[in-house]
Amino acid sequence: MSLLDVENLRVSFDTRQGVVEAVRGISFTLGQERLGIVGESGSGKSMTGRAILRLIRPPGRVEADRMALEGEELQSLSERQMRKVRGRRISMVMQDPKFSLNPVMTVGEQIMEAYLLHARDSRRAARRKALEMLEAVAIRDPERVMKAYPHEVSGGMGQRIMIAMMLIPDPRILIADEPTSALDVSVQRRVLSIMDTLVRERGMGLIFISHDLNLVSEFCDRVLIMYAGRIVETCEAARLHEARHPYTRGLLNSLPRLDQPQDRLEVLARDPAWAGGDA
Amino acid sequence: MLDVDGLNVWFGAPANRVNAVQRASFYVETGESFGLVGESGSGKSTILRAITGLAPDWSGRVDVDGRTIYRDRRDRDFYKTVQMVFQDPYASLHPRHSVDRVLSETLKLHGMDRIEWRVPKLLDDVGLGAKFRFRYPHQLSGGQRQRVAIARALAGEPRLLLLDEPTSALDVSVQAEILNLLADLRAERGLTYVMVSHDLAVVGHLCQRLAVMQSGRIVEMLEVEQLRRGEAEHAYTRSLLAASVAGGRTGTEGGAELSPAATGS
Ligand SMILES: Nc1ncnc2c1ncn2[C@@H]1O[C@H](COP(=O)(O)OP(=O)(O)OP(=O)(O)O)[C@@H](O)[C@H]1O
Ligand SMILES: Nc1ncnc2c1ncn2[C@@H]1O[C@H](COP(=O)(O)OP(=O)(O)OP(=O)(O)O)[C@@H](O)[C@H]1O
Ligand SMILES: [Mg+2]
Ligand SMILES: [Mg+2]
Repeated sequence: MSLLDVENLRVSFDTRQGVVEAVRGISFTLGQERLGIVGESGSGKSMTGRAILRLIRPPGRVEADRMALEGEELQSLSERQMRKVRGRRISMVMQDPKFSLNPVMTVGEQIMEAYLLHARDSRRAARRKALEMLEAVAIRDPERVMKAYPHEVSGGMGQRIMIAMMLIPDPRILIADEPTSALDVSVQRRVLSIMDTLVRERGMGLIFISHDLNLVSEFCDRVLIMYAGRIVETCEAARLHEARHPYTRGLLNSLPRLDQPQDRLEVLARDPAWAGGDA
Repeated sequence: MLDVDGLNVWFGAPANRVNAVQRASFYVETGESFGLVGESGSGKSTILRAITGLAPDWSGRVDVDGRTIYRDRRDRDFYKTVQMVFQDPYASLHPRHSVDRVLSETLKLHGMDRIEWRVPKLLDDVGLGAKFRFRYPHQLSGGQRQRVAIARALAGEPRLLLLDEPTSALDVSVQAEILNLLADLRAERGLTYVMVSHDLAVVGHLCQRLAVMQSGRIVEMLEVEQLRRGEAEHAYTRSLLAASVAGGRTGTEGGAELSPAATGS
């Protein structure tokens, strides 16, 4: 059985300027694998993740024919049941980590709280766990960072703190929204290898949202490519560079390259037909 | 345009002081683009924040456009000259101000005319278009917010732009548009940039020179040309370089193999 099954998911917002259709009928399944989602800014990647966790507030609307977690329909759960799903069974690393952390609580308290919410253990053990986790995500000075408030850490540190906090309850599914966008390659590799271990050894399912095509093709098993709220192409991650959709090709061509300097970068000529095309 | 000499920045009381930047020195010529790369937490954002007056405790000398900056004495002229794009666009945008309000107030503050014309023009420049004009920050995606922050920084037509990971939330096609826009502005108006990025390919594209930071210090300073030739000396720069070139190789030619390519090619 797949871990997650999504059929015909739609997310829309009523605004004063009319309805914004952020996600327009996407379907996919997630197994014990690393599933990448790439696509341009505004294509609906974050809203897909938030919709699964029922984190879209009115006036946002979510509709789906099916959204099942290990066979259990998420849409029929009460808000209280949903709270138990969040964190323990599905957790999400938000795109704006520093904004998603509690500004008036120390980093250490927050990570410990995330752990204690789902594990019956002493505060002392929680503290040790939290320190271990910070070390695992390559935080240089974990003792200091435990005592720091979110505004006292750097962008990349905030990202890793969020990852530590989301992994500590040992979820079945992790939705990671641009989790490593502020990290350089070496730290990125470390963080990814932790996620990778969880997928391989504990059978976690990972949804990895990223705009870094090279990273996704290297790290994931499968990739969904989104454009204007739809999935326009699905492929094996390792074959991403052979992708056929003109949008995907365009993305691949606009990467700057250190070894091939160019005066101007190629930009996409967006074709309105891509938005209409079926998944 | 910018001359930083022996800059130290620290946080907190002496007992648990964090020395975030130690004796950093660099200069940036008018019309030049300078890159700052380095480990996460090494002090890159702190340097930019100190220049714009957002880090209270610092020592050393900072000259902008030939004028030395004194503690807490940045005037309107300063902000007319210098603007910054923050790493964290959510935190830097007022949650209850629409995009229109953010941009038009910034334009007014800088004494710009024809605001009705400039707001949509700015949005167009960053690839957003007029349909985003009346949205609020929470109604935007991560990359859309980052572009509003870039538009706001450009609104006052500054001469020195400090960019903290300006394209890290953007997909590569939008990143390419923004990098082209920055290059055009430099060509048209002689803008000067200091850009923090963890992506060497991005720094290599826009900048001529760069400094590499580790643990609060600048450990290496080099030309992008040297970087391309693989002439970096510091171990951290070399490891970054090896990984960046390997990653960048798979750009167009297809095939999944990410060969650790020769850095000298
Ligand atoms: N509250 C809202 N009201 C109206 N439109 C919204 C709202 N929230 C999001 N949107 C729109 O929904 C679309 C999808 O947003 P989403 O955050 O999923 O994009 P994304 O693919 O994650 O982009 P990015 O890579 O820039 O983060 C965007 O065009 C955004 O402007
Ligand atoms: N307000 C503050 N109080 C205490 N320490 C701070 C504060 N702001 C930053 N620091 C510390 O200063 C150091 C440098 O942070 P800075 O944000 O400059 O790093 P950075 O190089 O920009 O990293 P990143 O690439 O992760 O954004 C970090 O160790 C951080 O924890
Ligand atoms: Mg997003
Ligand atoms: Mg920073």
